[in-house]
Formats: sequence, structure tokens, C-alpha cells
Amino acid sequence: MTFEDIRAAAINEWDSLEKSDQVRIYLGSATCGRAAGAKTISDELEEELQKRNISAVITQVGCIGSCYLEPLVDITKPGKPRISYGNMTPKKMVELVDDYIVNDNPRPDLALGSIGEGSVEGITDFFQTPMLKSQVRIILRNCGFIDPEKINHYIARGGYSGLVRTLTMTPDQVIEELKKSGLRGRGGAGFPTGQKWEFCQRAPGNEKYIICNADEGDPGAFMNRSLLEGDPHSVLEGMVIGSHAIGASQGYIYCRAEYPLAIERLKIATDQMRKYGFLGKNIMGTGHNFEIVIKEGAGAFVCGEETALMASIEGKRGMPRPRPPFPAIAGLWGKPTNINNVETWAAAAVIMQRGWEWYSQFGTEKSKGTKTFALVGKIERTGLIEVPLGMTLRSIIYDIGGGVLDGKEFKAAQTGGPSGGCLPQSNLDSPVDYESLAAAGSIMGSGGMIVMDENTCPVDIARYFISFTQGESCGKCVPCRLGTRQMQKILQRICNGNGEQGDIEKLQKIGETVKTGSLCGLGQTAPNPVLTTIRYFRDDYEAHIHDKKCPSLTCKDLIRFYILPDKCQACLICLRNCPAEAILGGKRMIHVIDQDKCTKCGTCFDVCPKKFDAVVRVTGEKLDVPDEPVPMLAGKA
Amino acid sequence: MKEKITEIFTKFTDERDNLIPLLQKIQEELGYLPEESLKEVAKFLHIPESEVFGVGTFYSQFKLKPGGKKTVVVCRGTACHVKGGARIQKDIEKMLGVAPGETTPDMEYTLETVACIGACALAPNVVVDKEIFGQVNARKIKEMFAPAETGTTQD
Repeated sequence: MTFEDIRAAAINEWDSLEKSDQVRIYLGSATCGRAAGAKTISDELEEELQKRNISAVITQVGCIGSCYLEPLVDITKPGKPRISYGNMTPKKMVELVDDYIVNDNPRPDLALGSIGEGSVEGITDFFQTPMLKSQVRIILRNCGFIDPEKINHYIARGGYSGLVRTLTMTPDQVIEELKKSGLRGRGGAGFPTGQKWEFCQRAPGNEKYIICNADEGDPGAFMNRSLLEGDPHSVLEGMVIGSHAIGASQGYIYCRAEYPLAIERLKIATDQMRKYGFLGKNIMGTGHNFEIVIKEGAGAFVCGEETALMASIEGKRGMPRPRPPFPAIAGLWGKPTNINNVETWAAAAVIMQRGWEWYSQFGTEKSKGTKTFALVGKIERTGLIEVPLGMTLRSIIYDIGGGVLDGKEFKAAQTGGPSGGCLPQSNLDSPVDYESLAAAGSIMGSGGMIVMDENTCPVDIARYFISFTQGESCGKCVPCRLGTRQMQKILQRICNGNGEQGDIEKLQKIGETVKTGSLCGLGQTAPNPVLTTIRYFRDDYEAHIHDKKCPSLTCKDLIRFYILPDKCQACLICLRNCPAEAILGGKRMIHVIDQDKCTKCGTCFDVCPKKFDAVVRVTGEKLDVPDEPVPMLAGKA
Repeated sequence: MKEKITEIFTKFTDERDNLIPLLQKIQEELGYLPEESLKEVAKFLHIPESEVFGVGTFYSQFKLKPGGKKTVVVCRGTACHVKGGARIQKDIEKMLGVAPGETTPDMEYTLETVACIGACALAPNVVVDKEIFGQVNARKIKEMFAPAETGTTQD
């Protein structure tokens, strides 16, 4: 079968789904959708359809990125645009089957928006809603639209045409195209991809390897997971393209074991590729041979570092080694190896499909293209987004993310995970690109973006990240192993209220040493969260150390909860909800918190009705409230 | 146990890079890596026992001791942290009476932490036997684990 035949058949299959005279229902079934209850919804749906004897085409799709709206269900009726419904519950599902599928009421009150041609009264275009409007979805173009377990869906939407084009070009031409596109490594460091491929291609040796780094270890990041779960073929196409350009006959995907669904879908996808002749011997009749092996990680953050990752593939402890020699010269089993992140491979595929001119129109002078971000933390609209590089932090957080959760004040955005830093309010209007983030002391990283509000303590965040890197340090080199340990100890005592004069300077000194002296990227970047928080939030550090106060009201040892006797209405809500049973009181008896028992979980603060607002959280002071429950004053409700 | 391991070996070649997949397979079958199995693996791959042990202890996925009937994993990702993950962990520790990496004496629960499960939009998350519970709070935790002694879990 020629590619044209394959493509014609794929388009046929896709059209018969898209233009089917049956009702089509699309279920978001990535990990986050499943965690939000997609399975229950799907069971309910099938049951309801069966009861009513309705036949419908049900397709499991990846994630469209609006995670805060999960579980998501889309319904298309013949001749109508697709309509998205969010935050589905079994009850809403039943209503939609009755109202929209059986009758013809699309329930605009439940709809998020419509997708595709045509419009439905009362429902806006989903891609014109604030979260999606300013996004440019290139890498994520198929996520949420195609069934990731069907290669034909991918092909029908332009997939593998980049590979076909690549195979008509010489390796040098492919590399040249990549260079012109301006693509830089999406794993975080931002090294130009074309140049990296060239190094490996030019390296002497007949046996070469390529690796896809899918060991997405940064806490708070799930871009790669979503892409692998929602559109695995885009990554795989990029790898086959790379194998031709570099001259590799063997590729590896190193994926975290914590992503079982991604691994499952990769396995299905590679089997499909072999059937179509996109993988294996004599690919598409060109004589090019290439195989892909999927390797599961075993839970070590340091394996995201390239030399450690290669050691792990070889079956060893995942410990980094000094560079040079760089992997392009001596990598896996000592052979020239090229390693790229999941998103980089997917970008390479789309560049070869659409051409470098098209790709390079997005982004800035030095940072071309788009970047996916996992927008999480204290933000209204959490999700997976994709924006052109150079967009300001403010646009990302306020336009796309809808601003800080509950209308609170923006404190900082953390990018780059444990290797990155915090960007304060003063950075809101600077563009998000490789250079600007580096100038601010952070890094692009793989794309985690965690929003922090006024109640997020920068000292606690620094302690959190250094505890993480400390725990994940492989222990090979001294600065990382011992330096992070000392930094963690100092930060711990500051958070506990035992900080000492000079601790800030000590942290800076050790931090600089760890940065300069460590062997690999883990240690070289581990101090970043500490150093940037000191740079931007020094006042918070000072308050913890000198005044024993946590201005963000976060650090447990420095805060107390009280119930204000003049506001308490003795409603018993906090008393019943306290998991530590630390609240004393009764009917018409003002409630009191037993400070010795209080675990400072904040439940009472959260559950106290807003109209009473009787629970307060304070730092650095003791309030003069009764120790025992006292009767409410006469005359009060 | 020996038969099971021997059977697993039939699915692998004795190449060195099979070490991690082999250990993963054995753990999947037996629930943990008994000392005996590490020795067998060393023999099968023709490498020193120390190397097998070194790999077995390096990666956090591998358990050298048997775990409880249920595994409770608290996500310690950044999104979970800023939304109270640390407190959730403390609450569960208190409720079950064990620290991460430990198993309750009745062998009912093993408590673990994970760097991030990537379901950040639902933070804070707790995973019980591969089922993700999102947006947990002190109250939900109490409901999930309160009757820890009897070993029943309520959603």
C-alpha cells in the first residue's frame, strides 16, 4: 500500500465518523478525566443509551486541556456542530441524553461551547471562550479530537505526511529545515534542535541511537503525559523523522512508570506503525530501518538528566556522569546518541508536515514556535495550555487562566519545577521566552507553571523544592548531596521559627557553591528556587527569622487559629468538622480551639460560614480569647 | 516463588539492560523483591549480586519488603503542596500510624509518597490502589481511613 492509499482510507474512516448520521459522543479519557470520574459517566451513558435503544458512536479522546472542567463530554448530532459539556455528573449525563439526544434541546445552560462549523443558539464557539481564545494549539492540535488509539485518525488530520516528506529529503536537508524553523529543546534548556541533531549525525560511528525523554519528573508538570495519552503518534512520527536525519536504527522511549496509560497507548501506537510500514525494516520502501523500544522508568527524578537516563536504559543505577564526552559523541553504550524531550519530537513532526516558514511565524526572534504549559496551583482555570513563546505572564495567568483563585492577590508564578524559580508580580508583563525567564533567575523548564497567591509562603516553597531535590539527589557528587542537605536543614528551621541571624547569607553561599560545583543539571539548578525566592521575597525570609512570623499565614509552627467570641454563633459546624476534635463548645456556647490539640489543618477556617467569619488565622501574636467555652451573650441570635 | 521466577526468566534474554524490566516483572508478580529473587536475577544475568542490589535500592519503585493489602500513595507534587498536600500526608500518617514507606502492623495499608502523578488540576491527590482521589481534604481523609483498624475504605 502506498501512503496515498493509506491516507485515503484514513480520511474515509475519519469522514465516516465526522459525517456519520449517528449521534457521536466523545469522552475525555486521559488520566485527569478518569480521575475526575469519566468512567462513571461513561457507564451511565452506555446504560442510558441502551435503555432508550439509541445507537451512538462513542469515541474515547485525549484531553483538551481544560482540566478544571473534567469530566468532559462532547456530543455531535448529525448536521450540528460538536457541543462540549463540562463538570459532568451521572445526573447531568441522563439529562443530556433525554434533552439533547432524544429531544432536540442542546441545554445551553450546561454547554461550554460549540466546536466546528455552524452555530447553536445560546452557545458560544468553544475556541472563542477566554481559556482557549488566545492559545495557539499546534502540539496539542489533536488532543481531545482524535481517538489516540486509532492511527487513521492521526493520518486523516495530516499525520505522517511529515515523515513521507522527510524520506524524500537527504538527512542534511532535514537538519537544515529544523535549523531554519528555530526549534529549541522543549525539555527546558532550550538548545537548538537542528544543531543537536547535526552533532550526532556528524559523529563518527555506524551505530547511533535516538531517545525520547518521557521521564517527566518535575512535580506539577503533566504536559508530556497529556500529549502521549492524547496524541502518541505525533511524538513517534518525530522520532522516525529524527532517525532518518541522524542515521539511527534504534530508538528508545524512556517513560515514567507513573504514567501507565501513556505507556499503554505508546505500545498500541508502535504496533500500528509497524503494520503500516512506518516502523521496522525498510520503512515505506526506502531501505531505512528503525525500531523503537519502550523503557519504563523505575521512579528516580535524576533519570530525567540525559546521562543518568542512558545509564538507566543500560540497566544500571541512574547516576549521571561528567560531560564531555557529550551523548552526541558517546552516549548509550558508548555510541553517538541524540536525546530530545517528548514535545521537541512532536514539534519536529509538525515542522516537517507544515514547513519551517509556517512554524517560525509563531514566537519571538530567538524563541520560535509554541510551548505547552501545565497551568496549576492557585488559579481559576487549571489546565494544559499551549501559547506562542513570548506571550506575557499576565496574559497567560489572567486571560487564559482567569486570574488567581478566589480573587486573591497574585504573589508569584513558579516555572521550571525544582530547577526553576519564582517570578514575582514585577515580572507579570515580561514575555515568557527562554531569555526573559533566564534573566529573571528562573528557567523555561519543561513547562510546569504553578501560580501562587498571597497565602503561599515563598520560604515554604523553597523548603519544599529543596527537600524534593535533596531526596532525589543520587549522591554521587558532594556539593549536591551535602549542599542540598544543609540548605534543607536551614530552611526547615526558618519555617519552624528557629531561623538564625545570617541564615539568608548562608543559604546564598551554599546555593552558589552547589550551582557551580555539582556534576549534573539536578544539582546545578537545585538552588534556583531558594535563590530566586530570596531575591524577590527577602522580606518574607526576614519576617520568619527575626519576627517569627509567616506573612502568608502558611508555616504551621508560626500560625494559630482562633475563634472570635464576639462573632461566633455557636453553630457547631467547625466543631463537627474538626478532624482533630480540637474544638470545644456546644449549643449556645461560644466555641474555643484547644491550641494544644489543634493541628492547624485550617478546616474550621474553611467551613465557618462566610456571614459569621468567626475563625481567624494569625501569625506572631496571641489573641485574648477565652480558654473554655462560654455562654453566648444574651440578646444574640 | 522459585517456579514463578524461573517462568519469568523464560520471557527475557540474559542481556544486562533487562535488569530493570526483570525486577519490575518480578515485583509485579510477587508484590515485592524477596532477597532470594535478587540472587536468582544476578545468576541469570551473570552479574554480581551487589549490582542487582544496587539497582534494587536505587529506584524508589522497588520494594525489598512485602507491602500491605492496599497501597496508599500521597502525591507530593507542587500543585498538591500549595493546595495542602503536606497536611494531607500528616493526617494520613496519623490516621494509619505509619510513616511513608511503612506498612500498618495488620498488613492492611502501605503508605507511600510520589513526586507527582500529573493530575495537578485535581490537587491535592491521594491514590489508593491505583484509583485517584482528587481534591481531598482533612474531612475526606478522615472518612477514607477512620476505620483503619477494621480495614474498610469508604469513598
